[in-house]
Amino acid sequence: MTVTMPARPAESGRQRRFKGGREPSGAVRRASPLTIGGLIVAAGLSIMPLYWMLVVASRTSNSAYQWPPAFLPGGNLGANIERVLDNPDAAIVRGIVNSFIVSGTITVSTVFFGALAGFAFAKMRFRGKNALLLAVLVTMMVPIQLSIVPLYQMMGELGWLNDIRAVIAPFLISGFGIFLMRQYSIQAIPDELIEAARIDGCSTWGTFRHVAMPALRPAAGVLGLLTFMQQWNEFFWPFIVLADPANPTVQISLRTLNSAYHQDLSQIFAGMVIATVPLLIIFVFFFRQIISGIMEGATKG
Amino acid sequence: MSLQLKEESGSRRATDRSRRRRRSRLTRLDLKFSPYAYVAPFFILFAIFGLYPFLYTVWISLTDESPINPETNFVGVDNFTRLFGDDRFWDAVVNTLGMFVLATLPQLLLALVLANWLNRRLRGIGAFRMAIAMPIVTSTAVVALVFGMFFARDYGLVNGVLDIFGVDAVDWRANRWRSWVAISSMVDWRWTGYNALIYLAAMQAISRDIYEAAEIDGASRGRQFWRITIPLLTPTIIFTVIISTIGGLQLFTEPLMFTSGSGALGGGSTGQFQTITMYLVQTMRTFNQWGYAGAISLVLFLMIVLISAINFLLVRRLGSDR
Repeated sequence: MTVTMPARPAESGRQRRFKGGREPSGAVRRASPLTIGGLIVAAGLSIMPLYWMLVVASRTSNSAYQWPPAFLPGGNLGANIERVLDNPDAAIVRGIVNSFIVSGTITVSTVFFGALAGFAFAKMRFRGKNALLLAVLVTMMVPIQLSIVPLYQMMGELGWLNDIRAVIAPFLISGFGIFLMRQYSIQAIPDELIEAARIDGCSTWGTFRHVAMPALRPAAGVLGLLTFMQQWNEFFWPFIVLADPANPTVQISLRTLNSAYHQDLSQIFAGMVIATVPLLIIFVFFFRQIISGIMEGATKG
Repeated sequence: MSLQLKEESGSRRATDRSRRRRRSRLTRLDLKFSPYAYVAPFFILFAIFGLYPFLYTVWISLTDESPINPETNFVGVDNFTRLFGDDRFWDAVVNTLGMFVLATLPQLLLALVLANWLNRRLRGIGAFRMAIAMPIVTSTAVVALVFGMFFARDYGLVNGVLDIFGVDAVDWRANRWRSWVAISSMVDWRWTGYNALIYLAAMQAISRDIYEAAEIDGASRGRQFWRITIPLLTPTIIFTVIISTIGGLQLFTEPLMFTSGSGALGGGSTGQFQTITMYLVQTMRTFNQWGYAGAISLVLFLMIVLISAINFLLVRRLGSDR
């Protein structure tokens, strides 16, 4: 128990930085009216397409083709959502369930293995460490486009085409996750603490489990949020391997809705609302963590 | 009695010592091999889903493999020579580069300006940051569908606004330039806030002392921005340029969803917005030419590496010139 004491100051100081970044101090310039005007325009442009999505999704299909367009949400959102959920071609309910399974599995795995490898790279001594770390960084640059033909063949041989296992397996561990956890481990886990745990008879695994994992929790949360968002929005690889519209992810359902012969805009947009709202909720609640994760990943990169 | 006791304690001490020795040997093994076990999952997975497919792509690009051919022949560099004479491929290259420039340049310049604005003291600045970051959570598929509606020829919002200024309805999908502008605007909207936040993080890391010293020397604010902020931001700008290059050269979802229907991989009636990745997928899935598709992906990869390197040198040069 006593061994956790020295960790506190270093950990919490680091945590504060990770969550909020430095808030502007008194030395930062005050915003001029022109700047405020510019910011209002930029914020408006950023929100407008999402607001527009809600407007179209909550009106009848015909009102999408009127001029001037309606600028306020209507009362049809519930009915449109019902229609899109019942649309047998798009299989959007299946898509949402699949997206949750895919994103959830990848998130848990990315965070766990990222923490494990990140801890090893940051806090353990072993031969070839630097070369291996460099290899991890290099793999971050390699796009999946490079190898879609063999990967597609491989999934065919495994019998995983049109199966969400094909979407999960290649993404279970990310180089970015390892790198982020390594950067955080260096500062969040004091060496004395690991030393102390070892003298108390902790194995390496025990040290990871009881010392590293609690200290890495804030970074694990950030990495988890970013991973979940990214996987939820993933389009390219699911588009390749999930060709059967009956077993899609939610993004592929949207594409199926859009390629229907008779486009029903309010239905498509209701589907888009369903696909976006889970992430918007996460974003509003964890805004600070997500932003700091993005900022941290870049400035350390 | 005493002798027995002594013997007993002696043997206990001996087993204790051997246990301790065994334990210390275990600890040594633990310390030596655990790190490898902890990093191994990544490398195993990478070997299966990264390295092996890459090597196989190199091999397959030298063959005429196809799921509809019963046998596969080694054809040497035929796929590559065919690629260099393939007009559709070069059209796709021009489209990809055109949209890359249109999407990246305004995006990064705007992000710099936005970051500079966001780096001010203002009540409610957090709300502005949140609003500007919001596009990040939107999927590219959703962005493409919303913007596809904005850029509709009939009843589209953009044409409606242009109509107010007396401009006739524009068919945004009809030719190269127009579709490039429309598709690039999707990329701009999705990524400008992201880059602005990255620049903001870097700006906040710059010490105020430098600005104060410049102020004492009488440097104007514009001068401070160009002479202090931008040079100190150069590593961050390089980072965002490389990330944008990797992403931009792989552009796929936005142009794919810009049209509906089954021929979407073709990128418009005459391929006016077909990107390299779209052509790659079309070659693989529609034309069933796996060997040729392998050659396309290798050339795409080399292009990404090359253009990233050029951009890196370019930005570094610009940064040091200031």
